[in-house]
Amino acid sequence: MRDVGILSFAQSNAKSELRNEVEILLPVVKEAVKASGLARNDIDFTCSGSSDFLQGQPFAFVMALDGVGAWPPIKESHVEMDGAWALYESWVKIQTGEVESALIYSFGKTSPGDLAEVLALQLDPYCVTQLWPDADSVAGIQARLFLERSGRSERDLAEIAVRSLADAKDNPHAVAKGDFDAAKLLSEPYRTSPLRDHDCPTNADGATVMVIASADIARKHGQRPVWIRGIDHRIDPPALGVRDLTRAPSAEIAAGKARVGADKIDFAEIDAPYTHQELILREALGLGDGVRVNPSGGSLCTRTLFSCGLNRIGDAYQRIASGDGDRAVALATAGHCLQQNLVCVLEGE
Amino acid sequence: MADAEPIKAIVTPVRLEYDFTAGKAATLFLRGLARKKIIGARSGPGQPVLVPPRGADPRTSELAAEAVEVKDTGTVVTYSIIRVPSENIKFELPYACVNVLLDGAAIGFFHVLQNCPLEDVRIGMRVRAKWVADDKLTTSVSSIEYFEPTGEPDVPYEKLRENT
Repeated sequence: MRDVGILSFAQSNAKSELRNEVEILLPVVKEAVKASGLARNDIDFTCSGSSDFLQGQPFAFVMALDGVGAWPPIKESHVEMDGAWALYESWVKIQTGEVESALIYSFGKTSPGDLAEVLALQLDPYCVTQLWPDADSVAGIQARLFLERSGRSERDLAEIAVRSLADAKDNPHAVAKGDFDAAKLLSEPYRTSPLRDHDCPTNADGATVMVIASADIARKHGQRPVWIRGIDHRIDPPALGVRDLTRAPSAEIAAGKARVGADKIDFAEIDAPYTHQELILREALGLGDGVRVNPSGGSLCTRTLFSCGLNRIGDAYQRIASGDGDRAVALATAGHCLQQNLVCVLEGE
Repeated sequence: MADAEPIKAIVTPVRLEYDFTAGKAATLFLRGLARKKIIGARSGPGQPVLVPPRGADPRTSELAAEAVEVKDTGTVVTYSIIRVPSENIKFELPYACVNVLLDGAAIGFFHVLQNCPLEDVRIGMRVRAKWVADDKLTTSVSSIEYFEPTGEPDVPYEKLRENT
């Protein structure tokens, strides 16, 4: 395996953006390229993650290239997934020896459409989508099963929300943040029981950019090198009835392949849009109660779809780069009820 | 079950509604149309004027936020004769759609040509926008009904090479 290091990371998140995708993306690209120390034309490969269903505009992902620097022509690819999967493709590309560096970007505007309906299109088109179950309802089914199986309580979920919102206060990129009281949150009505508003993600519009490179380039960067020590992604069946919704076997397998348990984990950045999903993923990753999860506030506070998975990896990178921990695990999720999971282990030198 | 007629198709209608946010650059353009003006944008003085503007200059990936008005006259840089119907287009078949290099712009602008026999449509032909009546102007490209010939002499192909 070739060592691959992260050179830079930049993000933009806002509750509702009036700028178009190109206008959101452009300054974020500039920021990340500048911080990488590489000239734009010296970055060998460009890979993006986004979905045109979010903004309802065909080929929005092609238009976004206007803001990324595609002239003279570049080697470029796109995944209809969170940017974390574009990172995976770029990492593989570096492993093949075909390229030495890559710029990964993702963007998502959750505000133009009815997100609950848009996400229903990820479900089985023959037997489920026609019922138009909204995403929060599907998550509610999973949460109910999980509480039954694990013996956890709605109070445990509220405490995750309180902790995440408090941690988000230190994150200038977080959209929802503040001091809340669990008892008070529990007196609020249900949204889709057993979930209340505080258990469901705050959606956002934004973009994310990361630059990675092989070891020689990463070492020249000057900053403390942060290496991708393991990265793997796995998929569970999409049909809601055929798997145990209270577990995430795909995350567990990916964690094994990425060697999460090979050494001590200082903290974790987990893309768990709903509070109960953090507990499911903690189990799948084998994280003890002592491991700090989502010091950024996580995707519960800022769910910029198609970016928030890559944001977890980027937030973990920045924390390690600044010396706040040596080894971390980041996880990105996609689909309903944690159907697909990508696990990435980062290590500072 | 063995005798049951297999289901070969089902209909599952999908309808999604979106609130489109035009962004800063397209907002300039759309507001211009409601004032009978075609507004492009560029990244700075001397840089190409892009119409319609989408936010960035794709060659440099610099923000293209400076509004520049272009003329509603221009030159046909390419065209196609349309012989198939389209639900949203009211023009009688066949008709020509044209890519017009508006005077002052650096890239072609897509629209429909009318008031011109199809055998006369050609690259280099000078055309002008036909606007809808003033009380019908809106923040939409349909404020321009179509383009039509001006009758001016053609622009030689050599001068259009960059844009064809």
